[in-house]
Amino acid sequence: MPKVSMTVNGKAVSGNVDSRTLLVQFLRETLRLTGTHVGCDTSQCGCCVVHVNGSAIKSCTTLALSHEGSTVTTIEGLAQDGKLHPMQEAFRENHGLQCGFCTPGMIMTAVDIVHRKGNKLDEQTIRHELEGNICRCTGYHNIVKAVAAGAEAMAK
Amino acid sequence: MSATGIGASVRRKEDLRFITGRGQYTDDVNRPGQGYAFFVRSPHAHANIRKIDSNAAAKMPGVLAILTGDDIAADKVGGLICGWMIHSKDGSPMKAGAHPALAQGKVRYVGDHVAVVIAESLAEARDAAEKVEVDYEVLPAVVDMNAATKKGAPVIHDVADNNTVYNWHLGDKAATDAAFAKAKHVTKLDIVNNRLVPNPMETRAAVGDYEPGTESFTLYTTSQNPHVARLVISAFIGVAPENKLRVIAPDVGGGFGSKIFIYAEEVVCVWAAKKVGRPVKWTADRTEAFLCDAHGRDHLTHAELAIDESGRITGLRVHTLANLGAYLSTFSSSVPTYLYAPLLSGQYDIPAIYAEVDGIYTNTAPVDAYRGAGRPEATYVVERLVEVAARETHVDPAKFRQKNFITKFPHQTPVIMAYDAGNYDASLQKAMEMADYKNIGKRKAESERHGKLRGIGISAYIEACGIAPSAAVGSLGAGVGLWESAEVRVNPIGTVEILTGSHSHGQGHETTFAQLVSDRLGIPLDAVSIVHGDTDKVQMGMGTYGSRSGAVGMSAIVKALEKIEAKAKKVAGFCMEASEKDIEFKDGKFTVRGTDKSMDFGAVALQAYIAHKFNGQELEPGLKESAFWDPTNFTFPAGVHICEVEIDPETGITHIERWSAVDDFGNVINPMIVEGQVHGGIAQGIGQAMCENAVYDAKGQLVTASFMDYCMPRADDLPSYQVGMTQTPCPSNPLGIKGCGEAGAIAAPPALINAITDALGTENVPMPATPQAVWRLAQKSITRKAAQ
Repeated sequence: MPKVSMTVNGKAVSGNVDSRTLLVQFLRETLRLTGTHVGCDTSQCGCCVVHVNGSAIKSCTTLALSHEGSTVTTIEGLAQDGKLHPMQEAFRENHGLQCGFCTPGMIMTAVDIVHRKGNKLDEQTIRHELEGNICRCTGYHNIVKAVAAGAEAMAK
Repeated sequence: MSATGIGASVRRKEDLRFITGRGQYTDDVNRPGQGYAFFVRSPHAHANIRKIDSNAAAKMPGVLAILTGDDIAADKVGGLICGWMIHSKDGSPMKAGAHPALAQGKVRYVGDHVAVVIAESLAEARDAAEKVEVDYEVLPAVVDMNAATKKGAPVIHDVADNNTVYNWHLGDKAATDAAFAKAKHVTKLDIVNNRLVPNPMETRAAVGDYEPGTESFTLYTTSQNPHVARLVISAFIGVAPENKLRVIAPDVGGGFGSKIFIYAEEVVCVWAAKKVGRPVKWTADRTEAFLCDAHGRDHLTHAELAIDESGRITGLRVHTLANLGAYLSTFSSSVPTYLYAPLLSGQYDIPAIYAEVDGIYTNTAPVDAYRGAGRPEATYVVERLVEVAARETHVDPAKFRQKNFITKFPHQTPVIMAYDAGNYDASLQKAMEMADYKNIGKRKAESERHGKLRGIGISAYIEACGIAPSAAVGSLGAGVGLWESAEVRVNPIGTVEILTGSHSHGQGHETTFAQLVSDRLGIPLDAVSIVHGDTDKVQMGMGTYGSRSGAVGMSAIVKALEKIEAKAKKVAGFCMEASEKDIEFKDGKFTVRGTDKSMDFGAVALQAYIAHKFNGQELEPGLKESAFWDPTNFTFPAGVHICEVEIDPETGITHIERWSAVDDFGNVINPMIVEGQVHGGIAQGIGQAMCENAVYDAKGQLVTASFMDYCMPRADDLPSYQVGMTQTPCPSNPLGIKGCGEAGAIAAPPALINAITDALGTENVPMPATPQAVWRLAQKSITRKAAQ
């Protein structure tokens, strides 16, 4: 089996994988980073969103081998030095999660939205930008609030 | 109210692990040496299995075992059960066909489980499954309920003539017919309650494990009620006795009813673990979830409402065809019967009601409880009828409702339920204020000036939660009691573990239950831990569904806390040399009445375990109590949701302009969590009304089997919601709680459809009101208006 190496959450990692292994499988099964979830098979739900070289991608739709040498951040790597990322704090503070399954993908997407759209986000923009992430619990009401609050907090 | 006690919007204790990716869901569980299961599923909706040839598959790399219905039958593992007996109106028991965990000779819906391949990796299991050759004799399939009951229709189960499971009824037919004979006006509607797929974001999963040294099984699974799963897998399916079967439901990523049931895959994983000698893991992919999770709703109803000359409702009758799918799922039989027809009185004083329900087999996935379970279907019937009746009799729909509201409690309806408390007009008034109902005419005119159509719709719903008391539901056919258990373990330094039979899969029990305990014992929130979801830790429980965990689960905790307090007073009495009768407990302190002698809760706990101040004849050491709570009645949350929409007739797109929800949940422990439950419920209700639809083609292929084809509501499809509350405490439990989990899903569909039909000026719009369907009706509406 071919070997793949990358940097995940600041650590150099490598593993031998079946060539058809998806990035999400490499993260969850080889590295046991189970915070990244799989909610569908069609790139629709966004539970599997991680950052690769600074951009959000759906890790269920890309092969691990195609990320040789990449820098990957997963939900486990978002908090720094034991301190929660402002977007994580915002989700907790605004009750932006219930069952928690879509949450890692939502938070990784939300951080990416801020990187692309800035720290002042209106409701319409947030709702539109969340089109690739499905939540079945919250009705999105509090997720929208959380993303707006997290975006502002990231400016500080 | 303290900052963390009852009534405070405390931030959730469970969130830290979820926002940092440290949750432990079933698919995150891995056992040493585990194999991976992949199921061979029927591609046909109806077929006989002539032969299964797994020789080629067995030679594929990594294959550990290929098991079929013959293997499961040889091990005398029983089939899946339906746990609620319904009798037809002629007194005959429902016609339940066998439901094997792996097919035995016949398949009855696309996705039916035929065989399981277990291999070293999932990819190898999947590869090998493709080599399993199944020789099918394809039979004609039937998916339409009316066609299924016709003579000559394909026979799905030999036991069920005309594919009919039961012809059930409730209410007084003669009195209802008499009311209709005298009616001034009769409103008639044909209503489709569309089929839905629950789709919690975490798909079902299972890890079965077997320890030969102790001959014991462990099943990790995505369950809302692990004890019920253990009971069924032990007592009925017969995999292992209860003391040799541990069921663990760790973090569960949403349920909405679909994870109540005991399915084939979980049973197969735990059984196969022993057979293969390896732990066996299975996780559904999303298409398997679409094909095989129990679906929701799917009713065809003809409904009629009788109204007298004063505008009062005098009678209601319905005939409903309920699609139960190809097999009876765990509680499926109860959903269109006892969870549906007893709610047909809504919030209204209706003297006569008669309901007939035919449960029908079709070659489709089993249908069972989905958020609301029967109650959304009832509310949709009642609130559509009432709305149309108001329009037909030219009365403002709000006034029509007010005139017919029940105002005196308790109120006995003609369909079993005795409503205990409520103030329906208070919720309506508040919702109308929030919705600025009085100015809707101006806003409609404004929309019209811009070429848009605006409408407003009211939904005044009632639900029945905390299905109980056990003896009563037993008399209606339930196979289980619906009480709840709690154990309070006080540790020597005064921290507390609460073991509950309720299960949290998003509802935030770790926070709300801890708030209750912190409030009652006067100890910090962080000193309380909630333990749930493990049959080895919690002795017995009935799980979480039907919005029961507050009203039933927390009531059990209250009962156990009362015992703790009584015992602790005895301990404090010995320590402070006073009679237990003179000990007061307040804000976490035990005080000898009229003195300054006191001990805090932790000190008393320590003394209870040190046991130096009393002897074993006087008092048992320790501080641990348990309780079972069996309610005396259902609880009856109710409320009013008002939806305002604007439709663009050019595109058919419906924009929800305003959503005003007022709910009466009785007393509320954590308003933030309760509001979150309302938001989520409304979203699922809007999903049903505007987006979601499970569609089978005529041959029984599910054509909406992925998120590409089944429209899940996304952030952009939904509005923000205004949520308000009124409160009439529930008199039948110590906390006055009613239940909030399903309200939004019950209230929302009729509010939205009433608003859309108001905008379009039509009586009926089938759900889901997609842009295409709305556009067609909007064109007719414009033509009609032009002609006027």
